[in-house]
Amino acid sequence: MPHINLPEGYPGIRSLFMYNPETALPLNNLVQTLLHDKNTSTLTPGERELIATYTSGLNECKYCANTHGAIAKHQLNGNENVVKDVLAKNIATADVSDKMKALLQIASKVQRGGKNVTEADIENARKEGATDKEIHDTVLIAAAFCMFNRYVDGLATWAPDDASVYDAIGKQRATEGYMTKPFIVK
Amino acid sequence: MPYIPLNEKLPGITGLLDYRKDTALPIRELTQILLRGASTLTEGERELIATVVSHGNDCKFCTAAHTAATDVLLDDENVTIKVKADIDTAPVSNKMKALLKIAKAVGKNGKLVTEDMVNNAREEGATDMELHDTILIAALFSLYNRYVDGLASVTPTDPAFYDRLGNILKDKGYLPSANRYADL
Repeated sequence: MPHINLPEGYPGIRSLFMYNPETALPLNNLVQTLLHDKNTSTLTPGERELIATYTSGLNECKYCANTHGAIAKHQLNGNENVVKDVLAKNIATADVSDKMKALLQIASKVQRGGKNVTEADIENARKEGATDKEIHDTVLIAAAFCMFNRYVDGLATWAPDDASVYDAIGKQRATEGYMTKPFIVK
Repeated sequence: MPYIPLNEKLPGITGLLDYRKDTALPIRELTQILLRGASTLTEGERELIATVVSHGNDCKFCTAAHTAATDVLLDDENVTIKVKADIDTAPVSNKMKALLKIAKAVGKNGKLVTEDMVNNAREEGATDMELHDTILIAALFSLYNRYVDGLASVTPTDPAFYDRLGNILKDKGYLPSANRYADL
């Protein structure tokens, strides 16, 4: 049960967005530009969603990991296997580029604490072709999901068990972005 | 040295928020609402939450900056010193002690917030909105701490730098403004 009185029928962060629309607006604006808008990064929306999924999985945030995993799948032409590998933390064998593997490694370091990112991690990403901006965006996505995960779990919001709920949310967000009305679980 | 090229005149978070402005704007807006907007917690109390989380996450830049902002808002340098050393014996209300413990837990992981911790805060008079804001401030500073340290941004060693920054945060808040860092 959530730690505070939240509107029913909305899972995870959506219940918090309904509870406090004032803080919901900048939070949604942040993910819209950081993850969804195509022209804001040279990483594709699918790649950015995978970084969000991986970070959320490392933080063991069930709602965020499953939701962003589903969004990633829909952004990556239905590639369910890559999402499964990222959620299982099998990055070495996941169906992503070497550049993405290096960036996911940086994201995992950020998740444990920013100081864990080393010069060698950055050099490795550069060697695989990552730009300054891509390194920046990876660090900020991982940091942002350390925020979203803590918000969602710190208030003990409801995380559905039904995989089809996450898939429906994933399809909606991959298509519409983050600024539209929330999915209501019947 | 930072891992990416940042404006050398803007250390810590200031250079990162300058590097990518489209993501900086919602982060700044969220911070302004949480730390300066209408709340039953004072600005000093909310800066204290930011300080405790940054200290728990060992982010030296954020800890020093928000310590300075708290000190100037409370007009007292003793509270931040005591709270960073031991929340239980610090000179803050029992409600703030309960909220600071929740914030510190959130800084590690949201799942560490227990029903007992929440009930304790309620018994000391904390409202749902105060619990919500405490947890979101703690979550937001978990972002800032990682952003600042993950890209190895510069941490000035001169204490006077943080006094100047603390005054900017007190006088101008968090939204973008012209010549915001002219006095830095």
